[in-house]
Amino acid sequence: MPEKPSLLKRLEFIDRRWLFLALAGSIVLPLLFPIPLPLYVSPMVQDLYDAVEALPEGAIVLLSADYDPSGKPELEPFHVALTHHLFRKNLRVVIVSLWPAAPPLTEIVMDRVGVETTYGKVYGVDYVNLGFKEGRQIVMKSMGSSIRNTFPTDRQGTLVTDLPLMEEVDSYDDVAMLINISAGSPGVKEYVQVVQSRWAVPMVGACTAVSGPDYVPYYKAVPQQLLGLSAGMKGAAEYEKLVGRPGEAMSGMAAQSASHLLLIAFIVFGNVMLYLSRRKGGA
Amino acid sequence: MIGDFFIPHAAFSRVVQEIQQWGLIVVSFTYLLGVVNILQVHSAKVQRRSPEAPYSIVLVVSLLGMACLGIFHDHKSADSPFIWLYNTVYDPLSATMFALLAFFITSAAYRAFRARSTEAVLLLSAAILVMLGQVPVGAAIWGPDSFLGGFPGVKDWIMDVPNLAGKRAVLMGAALGAISTGLRIILGLERAHLGGGN
Repeated sequence: MPEKPSLLKRLEFIDRRWLFLALAGSIVLPLLFPIPLPLYVSPMVQDLYDAVEALPEGAIVLLSADYDPSGKPELEPFHVALTHHLFRKNLRVVIVSLWPAAPPLTEIVMDRVGVETTYGKVYGVDYVNLGFKEGRQIVMKSMGSSIRNTFPTDRQGTLVTDLPLMEEVDSYDDVAMLINISAGSPGVKEYVQVVQSRWAVPMVGACTAVSGPDYVPYYKAVPQQLLGLSAGMKGAAEYEKLVGRPGEAMSGMAAQSASHLLLIAFIVFGNVMLYLSRRKGGA
Repeated sequence: MIGDFFIPHAAFSRVVQEIQQWGLIVVSFTYLLGVVNILQVHSAKVQRRSPEAPYSIVLVVSLLGMACLGIFHDHKSADSPFIWLYNTVYDPLSATMFALLAFFITSAAYRAFRARSTEAVLLLSAAILVMLGQVPVGAAIWGPDSFLGGFPGVKDWIMDVPNLAGKRAVLMGAALGAISTGLRIILGLERAHLGGGN
């Protein structure tokens, strides 16, 4: 009769579906039963908020929304909070996308915020959505020469020459700030390298949590290449707090906290088992 | 294109602008190449009756279906079939695929993140401190008003000092590498990208 494996061995080779179940529980339970937790606003997000806040009323902002549904849970909450902030401050917004799957997400955000119903903004006058253009860095550079040539029509096919707002905008020199919401490439890094370094346009960005550390050098550069940066759902939650509109990111913080604690517990537990099995093996 | 960064002259800019327009057109055609390539690869799989043939059929039908809806039908208004498929199929599937990553990380955390050396101990310690500083529960345990700024303060220091130094080194190294590789290609010293011999 085969010898029954020790508890240590059984734990070491535990069916990973138990781990998956534990993770699912750590995410779902805090969403069902929210736990209030203090939210600390990091300097990067505070600086992003302050940079937008410092823009004069009526200033034109170029918003490049470059993400797809895979990055939506992390970036859409920021996009929503930012859109509230931009239109509450009566800024005018030109929206472009360098990711093919981004334009429908932008429209969902505009609808959710109620740009026309809540803020009373008029399409073509207060904001325009130029849609998607393939070409990555070439499009970024081409917009520096002429946005109207790069995007001859808006997302709905209207000639940009028929949009009053676009009479005032034709290059980065005409925008007060470039805001990039990006889930990867092309995104913050490419905009810094191709646009910010060339046209010195004030720029802020939002990215997924995993990309955050990659972009810190641009925020810490002297002079700053990024005036502020929001990374992941945590950054979005901080921005929601600053804008005063608690949303999906803030409500997701307890779930993210619980899942992080679970991961840390697994790392510690896995290493304790390694230590014990080594001691047992060496004994 | 590189010269445009260094030559701020109107005549030169006009030439570059023209080349950029060509570039945009050429890049658009790469989509067509991509579609042809996908069709070739997956139709071959179906013909060979490979075990993955059903997945290839789903891929090709989805590709052609969405393309036809986008080309021959309205694909911009919220109530169009294209946007309906985007919202009800592509959006949740794409988010689900990305979310699965969390489950793989959990499994890896349990089985693979082992402190087998001093470097691994440093890496794991930094990871745990950043993970705790990144979420509100970290601030609840050791808050920003405490010694060293608590977990958020320690996390900010790790990101701003060791991480920043490492990232800058990587960025500079990559940039120098790109310049040297570019020069080698321009000078004809590097020909591997053309295929053929060594």
